[in-house]
Amino acid sequence: MKLTLRIWRQRDAKSAGKFVTYSLDNISPNCSFLEMLDILNEQLIQKNEEPVVFDHDCREGICGMCSLYINGRPHGPDDAVTACQLHMRKFKDGDTIVIEPWRARPFPVIRDLMVDRSAFDKIIQEGGYISVNTGGAAEANNILAGKENSELAMDAAACIGCGACVAACKNASAMLFVSAKISQFALLPQGQIEAKQRVKKMVKMMDELGFGNCTNTYACEAECPKLISRSNIARMNREFICAKVI
Amino acid sequence: MNPSFLHFSSITKKIWMAFLGLFLMIFLVVHLGINLCLLRNDGGAWFTAAAHFMGTNYIVKVFEIVLFAGFIFHILLGIILQVQNWMARPVRYLVSNKTYTPFLSKYMIYTGGIVLIFLIIHFMNFYFIKLGWVSNPNFTSEGEPNFFVIAQDLFASPAYSILYIFLFIVLGFHLNQAFQAAWQTLGVNHPQYNSCIGWFGTFYAIVVPLGFIIIPIYFLLTR
Repeated sequence: MKLTLRIWRQRDAKSAGKFVTYSLDNISPNCSFLEMLDILNEQLIQKNEEPVVFDHDCREGICGMCSLYINGRPHGPDDAVTACQLHMRKFKDGDTIVIEPWRARPFPVIRDLMVDRSAFDKIIQEGGYISVNTGGAAEANNILAGKENSELAMDAAACIGCGACVAACKNASAMLFVSAKISQFALLPQGQIEAKQRVKKMVKMMDELGFGNCTNTYACEAECPKLISRSNIARMNREFICAKVI
Repeated sequence: MNPSFLHFSSITKKIWMAFLGLFLMIFLVVHLGINLCLLRNDGGAWFTAAAHFMGTNYIVKVFEIVLFAGFIFHILLGIILQVQNWMARPVRYLVSNKTYTPFLSKYMIYTGGIVLIFLIIHFMNFYFIKLGWVSNPNFTSEGEPNFFVIAQDLFASPAYSILYIFLFIVLGFHLNQAFQAAWQTLGVNHPQYNSCIGWFGTFYAIVVPLGFIIIPIYFLLTR
């Protein structure tokens, strides 16, 4: 495959960035998107040019590190996959591919395509956990949990915190991420004790960090590589109402 | 305005937005009921009686204040949320978003803005006359503004009627997204009820604006 790439290049967080065009030839359709970027970087290094910086880690779709906005979609043109699981066969020979970093005020660009997503960590630090005393592990079956809720909690826990929801949302809203992290505990008995405090503090931090508001376009759900449902946002709203009113 | 109003959490603002939106949707049905009196071939007797009731009944007058507060807060919250949303992405993408989203769901602020323009025109033509802020030569025998004649005169103009029809089509699109979005915001999302909410929202968004649209068509055809 012969491709033209338009990639956002930015030296550091304070510098102004710009799009730079690169040409690539002999790319296999079976190659993954990140492997294609690796090939580009090898060529840039051979030419004594700076390689393109982009986030990646496991390359198995489970770590949530890759964060590329490809031709107008987070993680590219395939559904329910991360950029590392995207293959070049999803593109046509001769295509021009525009690659941008996630764009959101709380996700500043560090360099090229790499963004700082520590805003998500700050939200988690506000309550995305349960407090458990140290000591011997208790018998697991002492606390009963319904099958339906357990499965919903596991579905919510599948969120890898990649930030595609924020990148896809026209308002850069983080509600799908925050709601998944709230739901995974709200659905289980272990999460009940700190439930009210959790939802209030996590929502407060989300607002303080400057994420936008949800306007129910559901672009987040459509682009989530882990198919996190918008029903989690409704659950977070219910939790929030209960925490504030009751 | 209390500055703390601006510091409501994002979810609180959205919950108020949803409540007020649903409240305004109920009001719209009442308004349609009164407007449909215009279609009776009685020289506007029913419509005038309904306008008289709405203008003089004390319970309605109290309700009117609640209604205006509802309108103002719904509009204000919409603007505040939108400004915050614009601020959340200071650098735009080069390639516009290609993610599938429900039709017109991304343009609620614009459809809402068009409805607001209509609302201002509507107030100038009717409500401000009632308040005496805008002059009016048409009065009933009891000395009240004759809203039937005012409506008849307005709908006699094809330009006004076409604008009226266009604005109610836009309102229909706004309501179609707004209804299900309001319930989602209020936490009502369950596989058992979602399709019901969706269907009822679409039904409402078609039937209620259509009810309003029939009126100028009737006047244009019978003048």
